[in-house]
Amino acid sequence: MASSRLPKVFAVKAIPPAGLARLRQHCQVTVNEKKGWPTREDLLQGVRGMDALFVFPFVKIDREVLDVAGPQLKIVATHSVGLEHIDLELCKERGIKVSYTPDVLTTATAELAVSLVLATARRLDECFCAVKEGVWGTCWENSLWLLGKQISGSVVGIVGLGRIGLAIAKRLAAFEVSKIVYTGRTPRPESAAAVGAEFVSFDELCKQSDFVVASCSVNESNKNLFNREAFKKMKPTSIFVNVARGVIVDQEALYEALASGEIGAAGLDVTNPEPLPPSDPLLTLPNCLIVPHIGSLTDTTRKIMCDLVVDNILAGVEGRPIISPAF
Amino acid sequence: MSLPKVFISRKIPEKARTLIASLCDAVLWNKDEPPLREEYLQKVKGINGLFCLLTDKIDAELLDAAGPDLKVVSTMSVGYDHIDVKECAKRNILVGYTPGILTKATAELTVALLLATSRRLKEGMQAVENGKWGTWKPMWMCGQGLDEATVGIVGMGRIGHTVAHCLKPFGVAKFLYSGRTQKPEAEAELNAEFVDLDQLLSQSDFVIACCALTPQTAGMFNASAFQKMKKTAVFVNSSRGNIVNQEDLLVALESGEIGAAGLDVTVPEPLPTDSPLLKLSNCVVLPHIGSATFDTREAMAVLAAQNLIAGLKGEKLPCQIHS
Repeated sequence: MASSRLPKVFAVKAIPPAGLARLRQHCQVTVNEKKGWPTREDLLQGVRGMDALFVFPFVKIDREVLDVAGPQLKIVATHSVGLEHIDLELCKERGIKVSYTPDVLTTATAELAVSLVLATARRLDECFCAVKEGVWGTCWENSLWLLGKQISGSVVGIVGLGRIGLAIAKRLAAFEVSKIVYTGRTPRPESAAAVGAEFVSFDELCKQSDFVVASCSVNESNKNLFNREAFKKMKPTSIFVNVARGVIVDQEALYEALASGEIGAAGLDVTNPEPLPPSDPLLTLPNCLIVPHIGSLTDTTRKIMCDLVVDNILAGVEGRPIISPAF
Repeated sequence: MSLPKVFISRKIPEKARTLIASLCDAVLWNKDEPPLREEYLQKVKGINGLFCLLTDKIDAELLDAAGPDLKVVSTMSVGYDHIDVKECAKRNILVGYTPGILTKATAELTVALLLATSRRLKEGMQAVENGKWGTWKPMWMCGQGLDEATVGIVGMGRIGHTVAHCLKPFGVAKFLYSGRTQKPEAEAELNAEFVDLDQLLSQSDFVIACCALTPQTAGMFNASAFQKMKKTAVFVNSSRGNIVNQEDLLVALESGEIGAAGLDVTVPEPLPTDSPLLKLSNCVVLPHIGSATFDTREAMAVLAAQNLIAGLKGEKLPCQIHS
């Protein structure tokens, strides 16, 4: 490393103070302090002349960004396991390292997915309303009020039996489900054996499952995977949970399916766009529960993820092998 | 021979209603609101069998109103403190109830409640609805994970054991439990350690109350108990509201003495809408839905129907209360 100046790092959004402090010990760090996502202009301005980028999902790191950053850019480090916002091929071509955060967020995300399965199965959003608005007390003694679905004895379908999908399956298995089916581009015999899951086609999974859980990575082939036809194939009592990415769902089709009773309910941690505008029709439905992309948000996981990004950046700018390369 | 006369005091799952109607001259209260006391006393006149819920007071007054032909009272619940069982015994009225069936549904709801509290689902949903999503800060909405946590089960009965069994694959590092007696089966399966309550309270990240309400457990979760808990502790109660001193809980939550609480049961039920507990972002309240699944309510109703029918025939009830 010829230069004696501190490596320059740009963080596209605010990062936890502890991580920022550690980076600042070794680097010159600028942070986009504005609320929410950076504008395109802010992004292009921020990346100019940087050695490393600390990025988050949905902030597109494409040809223009890489051109503006300049040839000294050594590493793009994303605070996520998703990589669809980064032009990986181009980075590879230009010798720019890309790091991500696999494994460390698996348990937190799987836990949140199961939280959503349970919350939608037991109609917690309707329950909160009933408590808040005083409906509780007018008809709670009716033995048919707010009846939910039991996980035990049900069929669970996992779309994408990767690290997160497998962790979800393991957790749901303890509830004594009757069957776990899964689908994806190829079977995963080792993971499947761990939970006794059966590989089926996407169509079969939709037909058989009481709970359809999407935990797949995103690519060109699965955008709008959950469309009108998919929801038609699902049971009218089925519950759909998505912790993958909003783009795998045709949101209009989802709205129609929920409003018409074609499927029973949905629990979403991810939407398109994020944040979802409060005026979105999905928010008017009593059987659609949406949380703001909190999959990996536990204190410990957040800290570990940030530390991993920082470690990758420090390795990348110092010319050492990075810890969790994306390729 | 005319069919026995039966009053069913609420809407119940269809399977049970059909079963009863096929063998009895059944009158069913078909509204969502419960009958008023006067209406109830009218409806029970001259009946042979009564199918009731746990919010119906079955006392001498009601038994008088029903008259001497009443042979059996069947409640669709496991609790029976709403029935004067001594008075029924005096009058040779058989009493049936529905134990055991609601374990899975209640355990699942307890886990649902725990996760809704620890992962801040209520706050998350509100943030989406009121446009706060987008004002993102790095540690925003961070919750408490089960991974590597210590979970304390207060009362390792059927429900407590099932809750712990469901939580095992979440990466729980240690299960502690307390209660009157040791449970070797649960200990073996969960690798759980039997400890005194104080130790459970001071060591647990999650404190889950699954014990029955008895004179010993009433008010056990009070200021002193909350003081012993960790400041980040998540407290979950799906057993009975009376085991908690609610004023003390409110103080503990407001002052940061404990991290958060999830309650399926309160005092009173329903909780008034102006209750200060409902204003706290770290308190999640559900309207006593522990056993509220189609499968479980149907099974409870069918068992209660079977108890009713057996009683009308003068046979032994599948699940009978002996006073």
